[in-house]
Amino acid sequence: MAESFRLPGRGRLAQARTARFTFDGKSYSGVAGDTLASALLANGIHLVGRSFKYHRPRGILSAGAEEPNALVGIHRDASRKTPNVRATVQELYDGLTAVSQNRWPSLGFDVGAVNDLASPFFSAGFYYKTFMWPKAAWKSLYEPFIRSAAGLGVAPDQPDPDHYAARFAHCEVLVLGGGAAGLAAALAAAESGLRVIICDEQAELGGSLRFESGAAIDGQNGWDWAQAAAARLAAMDNVRVLTRTTAFGYYLQNFVALAERVSDHLSSPGDLPRERLWQVRAKRVVLATGSIERHMVFPDNDRPGVMLASAARTYLNHYGVAVGRNVGVYTANDSAYAGAIDLKRAGVNVAAIVDLRDNPSGPMVDEARALGIEIHGGRGVVRVGGRLRVSSITVKPRTGGDGERTIAVDALLVSAGWTPSVHLFSQSRGKVAFNDEVKRFLPGTYTQDCISVGACNGTDGLAATIDEAYAAGAKAAREAGGKAGKAAKPKVEGSENWSRGMLGAGPGAEAGTTVKAFVDFQNDVTAKDIRQAVREGMQSIEHVKRFTTNGMATDQGKTSNMHGLAIAAEELGKAIPEVGLTTFRAPYTPVTFGTIVGHARGKLFEPTRRTPMHGWAERNGAVFEDVGQWKRAWYFPQRGEDMHAAVNRECVTVRKSAGLFDASTLGKIEVVGPDAAAFMELMYTNPWQKLEAGRCRYGVMLREDGFIYDDGVVGRLAEDRFHVTTTTGGAARVMNHMEDYLQTEFPHLKVWLTSISEQWAVIAVQGPKSRDIIAPLVEGIDLSDEAMPHMSVREGRICGVPTRLFRMSFSGERGFEVNVPADYGEAVWEALWAQGQKHDACAYGTETMHVLRAEKGYIIVGQDTDGTVTPNDAGLDWAVGKKKADFVGIRGLKRPDLVAEGRRQLVGLRTRDPDVVLEEGAQIVADPKQPVPMKMIGHVTSSYWSENCGRSIALALVEGGRKRMGETLYVPMPDRTIEVEVTGMVFFDEKGERLND
Amino acid sequence: MTKAGAKTVQEAVGAERRPALGGQDMSARGVKVAVLPPANRVSLRVPEEAVASLSRALGVALPQKPKTSAAKDGRTVFWLGPDEWFVFDEQGGDALADCGKAKGLHSAVDVSHRNVAFAVSGPGAEAAIAAGCPQDLALAAFAVGACSRTVFGKAEILLYRVSEQEFRVECWRSFSGYVFGLLGEGARDAAA
Repeated sequence: MAESFRLPGRGRLAQARTARFTFDGKSYSGVAGDTLASALLANGIHLVGRSFKYHRPRGILSAGAEEPNALVGIHRDASRKTPNVRATVQELYDGLTAVSQNRWPSLGFDVGAVNDLASPFFSAGFYYKTFMWPKAAWKSLYEPFIRSAAGLGVAPDQPDPDHYAARFAHCEVLVLGGGAAGLAAALAAAESGLRVIICDEQAELGGSLRFESGAAIDGQNGWDWAQAAAARLAAMDNVRVLTRTTAFGYYLQNFVALAERVSDHLSSPGDLPRERLWQVRAKRVVLATGSIERHMVFPDNDRPGVMLASAARTYLNHYGVAVGRNVGVYTANDSAYAGAIDLKRAGVNVAAIVDLRDNPSGPMVDEARALGIEIHGGRGVVRVGGRLRVSSITVKPRTGGDGERTIAVDALLVSAGWTPSVHLFSQSRGKVAFNDEVKRFLPGTYTQDCISVGACNGTDGLAATIDEAYAAGAKAAREAGGKAGKAAKPKVEGSENWSRGMLGAGPGAEAGTTVKAFVDFQNDVTAKDIRQAVREGMQSIEHVKRFTTNGMATDQGKTSNMHGLAIAAEELGKAIPEVGLTTFRAPYTPVTFGTIVGHARGKLFEPTRRTPMHGWAERNGAVFEDVGQWKRAWYFPQRGEDMHAAVNRECVTVRKSAGLFDASTLGKIEVVGPDAAAFMELMYTNPWQKLEAGRCRYGVMLREDGFIYDDGVVGRLAEDRFHVTTTTGGAARVMNHMEDYLQTEFPHLKVWLTSISEQWAVIAVQGPKSRDIIAPLVEGIDLSDEAMPHMSVREGRICGVPTRLFRMSFSGERGFEVNVPADYGEAVWEALWAQGQKHDACAYGTETMHVLRAEKGYIIVGQDTDGTVTPNDAGLDWAVGKKKADFVGIRGLKRPDLVAEGRRQLVGLRTRDPDVVLEEGAQIVADPKQPVPMKMIGHVTSSYWSENCGRSIALALVEGGRKRMGETLYVPMPDRTIEVEVTGMVFFDEKGERLND
Repeated sequence: MTKAGAKTVQEAVGAERRPALGGQDMSARGVKVAVLPPANRVSLRVPEEAVASLSRALGVALPQKPKTSAAKDGRTVFWLGPDEWFVFDEQGGDALADCGKAKGLHSAVDVSHRNVAFAVSGPGAEAAIAAGCPQDLALAAFAVGACSRTVFGKAEILLYRVSEQEFRVECWRSFSGYVFGLLGEGARDAAA
């Protein structure tokens, strides 16, 4: 189809470079440099979508990021289907496929449009009022309805195949916005030689010079000057120019997040990331974010063909596209006149300018008149003809009375004035102030090192903007430590000057009318809805906003907030500042999840930590479990074994012969210094001073509140050196906890902490044959019971490499933990494995480790304790040094509640039926016949099948547990109630003889 | 049970050293990421009064300013905190043994196997690291010889500028796969 609305010789695109695209399956042609919106308009297409609530036909309102209506799906391939793309932002590429949204069966005929007729039922607060009762209807009726009605577009159903990049950046001056103001500020700042970053959301810098035809700077047309300035900046080593880049979040200490769209505009992105997140820290920020034109609020103001005046001008002056052949204009300020004048000069008929002002005057009005354009002052548009496209406007005097007139048009340019874009300023926690004279919220109090310039600061006129911006850029550079440059300030020779305008609803949409005069297009909020919210008691704009959803769509009310506020203020009979302004929040425009996630997906989502012996475990069929960031071997199934069979075999083998277990993930801290023992005394409940070098002790660590924080075996290597182990999960926080106390409470101690978790690979060799397995490989250590009893540590060599060899046990069997430098871990494991084979030893994983320790009643901090368990509760009173005067938690332990009777204590549970294995977390009651809700007196913390005991075993926290030995308690489950007997915590080898067997 | 006294080692042969990611590298246009060979490393804590003693023992003056390092004869020392240094020796020197000769009070802990080191080099090196490191890496802010304990994505790293276009990145052993992977992504984007 020919682009019948593209005007030859108009605009800045090379019209010979065509690009093909499809919209709703139909093929069209556009021009390189087009947006999807400009290409559609070039083909005479205004109807591009259906509205959210009423399914009203919608067109293209704007030419930029503020677009509320023209949301489409962009489909590259089966897995690249992006919903809710603004057609005004999406750049055209050859082969682009776009589809309209929120319509069925077609854009032209949409069944959902019955909502429009049923609109009295969908008024403000509809959701709050309608879905109240009956309760049963929620699941079957209301929720499915809301779910199907909620949201625009269709989320992609396949994983995102694109990749996203992220970059941190630093600069002295960050300029947000690349229009005339941003360019002038950047030029001034860049002269200093300091690092400058300037970003703009559009493909080229230039901002409103894109449409402002009257501008002339440094003897050039405004747009040409902007391109030359951008090129000059880009050529400077100290400047980074980021186009297609939106500053979407302004955080503390001038930390600004930018989203760069790297390849969405390319037909074949290749290996480029789709988007790139820039996290920029700037010494000074210059906000040059411009302003956004508002629409007029009148009945049926949402008909396709109704468009912001500046947008129509952009389509003409930049893209060479006429938005109609016979256009009307409806305005309350001068800027729309410029659009009418440009269109008229381009040969488009301008049927009428309707101006709400009684006697519009000034140079622009005169110029329009001179061009023969009919001007209807003091009048408003009260009706619009056409449904899928505006066909006429009906004009009436503002003050009422006769004189109604209908004028045929095929497009209507509207402008109610300009709203300064204070979004980022507000996000910086700056406070805006209402300027009553110009009826605008402007930057007031600054809280960060930033400055607003140009239109976002309420500065009207190009010359004033450039003056202000240039000075601000130079000042920002000076304040950031730079020297002022010598570049001449850009000189403005021609410019347009327009300001003011109106807020709120115009004639035909006044209070009392029932027409649909839209304030918020995307959320279908009308002037009537806002008045209704006020009548129903909403006084604050925050409430009005939530009740009506005004400004809550993806466009965040860029065009609607001020109108909504003005209508609410009028209805409340208050001044605008008294009603307040809603908070601006990040992101300024929608940001993809991909950009926020960046590299943190797939393998890089989280660090996957593997031990030095991971490869061996993998080669030997281990099934792994995630323990925090670690991958740990869970069990080693042999041919045909399920988990249960594998764990049973491993458990029996360890007690019969021996097993090898990878304990490398344990936290390890080397505590060194003359005060090492004194420090240990303070951090742990146990006494350490008298522990001899070469011996080990099980240590318990508390928090200040007296509850167990961590535990582990500690070896004293020398008078002044301890090798501390922590739980796997506690490694980092225990180190921090100790360092925190050392630096803040005990800074007088001469002792230092070093994490050695990853220096040492740890191979636990447990079982009656453990000594036989390690002995042939160990050098320089006497392994006899006399020389190296249970709970001792020696330094020597194994397999020719250094080792810290612990004799200790977490299985209840004779056992060793072989520490070797990490890079040797796998080779030493292999040597031990070869020895183990001679004794029918097995490799075992974390599940068997858990079962074996439970058989012995050894607790796991974090499983059998939950941060509310004291040493006494856990049966660990023996580990608390009774003679100690101080340790972290000593006062906490004396709190009345911690010494009270009836606390939950850790005990063993045996099910009456030995084959029944309890569920961990199951609740325990004394009397199963009591009415529901029952009194729960405890819960199961650990529960396993124990092949060694031939029955199930469990640990539980039970109120007054140790006084209940032999008592029968009950575990109610959904299908039955399980009878259990309270027992001691040790299920196997109660006397502990096997440690030395 | 067999009695196992001090006995001769029958079957022990020197265990093979298997460094994480041994010898791997990757490159993109303008950036090369290489896994460096093992080094001798010591985490060193020294109170002020013993700094001179340890400097003598190590043969390198312990740097006193934040973010600075000192190097001599294949041995490099990073300042990491007011009483904390990180020493690594790439030429076979035994820094731990040298510390042991010092009379001054200190804590020296062998962490040779704890860390894995990468060389990130080329004109895009700075950008590749900026993919995950929030520090200002411009030469003016992070000069040749500068070092810092910082973050790279979700991992802690030691970062050291070897030359204008080469950095040394050290991380804990189990994070090396992650750090290598993210450096690769950073390099890929730096080349884009």
